[in-house]
Amino acid sequence: MSAIARPDSPYRLEISCFAVAIGAFGLGAVMAVMQALARADLDVAFASAKVYYLSVTAHGVLMALVFTTFFIMGLGFLFARTSLGRLAGESWGWYGFILGCVGTAITTVAILSGSSTVLYTFYPPLMAHPSFYIGATLLVIGSWIWCGVMIASWRAWKREHGSEPTPLCMHGMLATVIIWILATAGLAAEVLGLLIPWSLGWVERIDPILARTLFWWFGHPLTYFWLLPAYVLWYTVIPEITGGRLFSDKLTRVVFVIFILFSTPVGFHHQFTDPGISSGWKLVHTFTTYSILFPSFVTAFTVIASLEIAGRLRGGDGLFGWLGKLPWRDPFFVSVALAMLSFAVGGFGGAINAAYAMNTAVHNTAWIQGHFHLTVGTAVTLSFMGSCYWLLPRLTGRALVAPKLALAQPYLWFLGMILFSGSSHITGLMGQPRRVFSSSFFGDEAAQSWQFLTSLSAIGGVVLFVSSLLFLMVVGGTYGWGKRIDAPEVRFAVPLDDDSAPAPVWDRFGLWVGIAVLLIVLAYAYPIYELLTMERFGSPGFKPF
Amino acid sequence: MKIDLYERIWLWIATVMIGSFLAAIVLGATMNAVHPPSHVETIDPTTVRTSSEFSRPRVEINDDGSALVVGVAEMFDFEPFLIRVPSLGPITFRLTSPDVIHGFQIVGTNVNLTVTPGYVIETTVTLPKAGEYLIVCNEYCGLSHHQMTARLIVGEGDGP
Repeated sequence: MSAIARPDSPYRLEISCFAVAIGAFGLGAVMAVMQALARADLDVAFASAKVYYLSVTAHGVLMALVFTTFFIMGLGFLFARTSLGRLAGESWGWYGFILGCVGTAITTVAILSGSSTVLYTFYPPLMAHPSFYIGATLLVIGSWIWCGVMIASWRAWKREHGSEPTPLCMHGMLATVIIWILATAGLAAEVLGLLIPWSLGWVERIDPILARTLFWWFGHPLTYFWLLPAYVLWYTVIPEITGGRLFSDKLTRVVFVIFILFSTPVGFHHQFTDPGISSGWKLVHTFTTYSILFPSFVTAFTVIASLEIAGRLRGGDGLFGWLGKLPWRDPFFVSVALAMLSFAVGGFGGAINAAYAMNTAVHNTAWIQGHFHLTVGTAVTLSFMGSCYWLLPRLTGRALVAPKLALAQPYLWFLGMILFSGSSHITGLMGQPRRVFSSSFFGDEAAQSWQFLTSLSAIGGVVLFVSSLLFLMVVGGTYGWGKRIDAPEVRFAVPLDDDSAPAPVWDRFGLWVGIAVLLIVLAYAYPIYELLTMERFGSPGFKPF
Repeated sequence: MKIDLYERIWLWIATVMIGSFLAAIVLGATMNAVHPPSHVETIDPTTVRTSSEFSRPRVEINDDGSALVVGVAEMFDFEPFLIRVPSLGPITFRLTSPDVIHGFQIVGTNVNLTVTPGYVIETTVTLPKAGEYLIVCNEYCGLSHHQMTARLIVGEGDGP
């Protein structure tokens, strides 16, 4: 591993995870700019339907599954090591990392060879090459080993610090770990129980609705697996680097616990237009989905209040004077500020998507791609990219090269996303479907009306690509050639309220996991039982790519 | 647990906001019967082309002006390709697929159905205005997915 991480660094495992994440991000960005150019209807050599749908598949898998998973594994290892002072079973961490790399390589080859153009949702009866599913399985098993290391590290710490509250960043990462385990149970059932046997030809048919149900059991908590580590950065690191205090330690724990409870029993809000699921159950999942809005409202208050404390401690006064005093020359802070702004818009968009009846106005339109590029594509991704500017000096002992480029990068990303996501939201409401190589529809009148905004979204895609290149240059340049400095410490925010009291009820993870499992059973047991017991025929596989 | 006064006010605002979103949904569902398409009916996808119902994709017009559309979405066409109905509705769609999942979206309306092999999806709608509508597939179904379209003409229009 010394090729990608210096042998003298105590953070070799973390750096290796971040390196794979950023590599996947770079490849995913190349796939994205190819789509942007294809959508702009430019006459470029590689613009074919085959390359377009292949690049959509690769972009989705590399960004949403590989970049996020490896980055979150790196953050988890780092937070455990620094806040608990240990990593129990570090060699297991390496095994998980290596297994994840092998799985990623297998799946990436399957996609790039053109044998698995099934998009990152891989809905059957579209059938990918078996290696696509097997590689993804190895990546998930690698992440499960990471979960084991995280839990073991916390338990070892707990044995020595029985009555103390869990360090807050670790509380958030454990919530992430729990959500990931609950989510991937559904994915494992789909991939191991249905997709792999079917793609190998052991069984002839597959039930598309059962598969979609299991996929979205996984697919929605997946979004909180992405989001929670970003929240951990917002809550426990941002108040520290801005010179403020965390407004409320206790409420932050409540937020993480609500996410554990309500992340998973919500999947039917992705299947409102599906047959085979009765409307009553779709309504039940609407209620659970809206519960999950609550912790994000708490976050909006707590994080902004923490920033206000920082601004006032830095000498800002008046109603809004503190805003100007925040460290607007720090690329990490700027990234997170813009990420939070995007999430405010994306969050309300999400409430529209989850609205029982309104969903049909936006389902599978360009609105959806506009939505999740604000949430995972900006709130999460920009937070992670920005955190690299904070991580690099601390992990490698090197000063950022080209700090001005690092500062320009999040603004460019935000601008690109306004163009891309803003246009997509509007054309989606006009009826433009998502995931189409060309949206001219033989010159149809309705389709003409969204062509201008589609071109604008393509320009947004190019701006985003430029921002990605700046990011890769600063990160790569710093790692290779940054000036050597004494590595600053990794430090976490101090809360305003007292965090030294005995461990609160919010730290009793066993209890919350129990209730979360109960909620999943209530939300899914009967509808899945109904699906399994009604007369179903299933479908053979198809490879129309 | 002690919570700051301003934060408590904010949390109440959030609670009321979420509560009113849900109330609007429940009122729409119970008073106006606004539900997403949720028909539960299965069919063997390999027999769609020989089944008595779906072997003849068609539009049936009833005496009261209401219509029944029995359709098949198949890589990469909708049948019937041209749906002509005399009035705004009610129009009942019954759709299935003999191959992969397709979308059935009438552009400019909220008619949005996941046409799934092995299942029949059914919904009844009344459209807001007469005219010609573009129908697109909005679920990726293969390399010609973006060319999969159909047309709906409502009223006495002079479409193709």
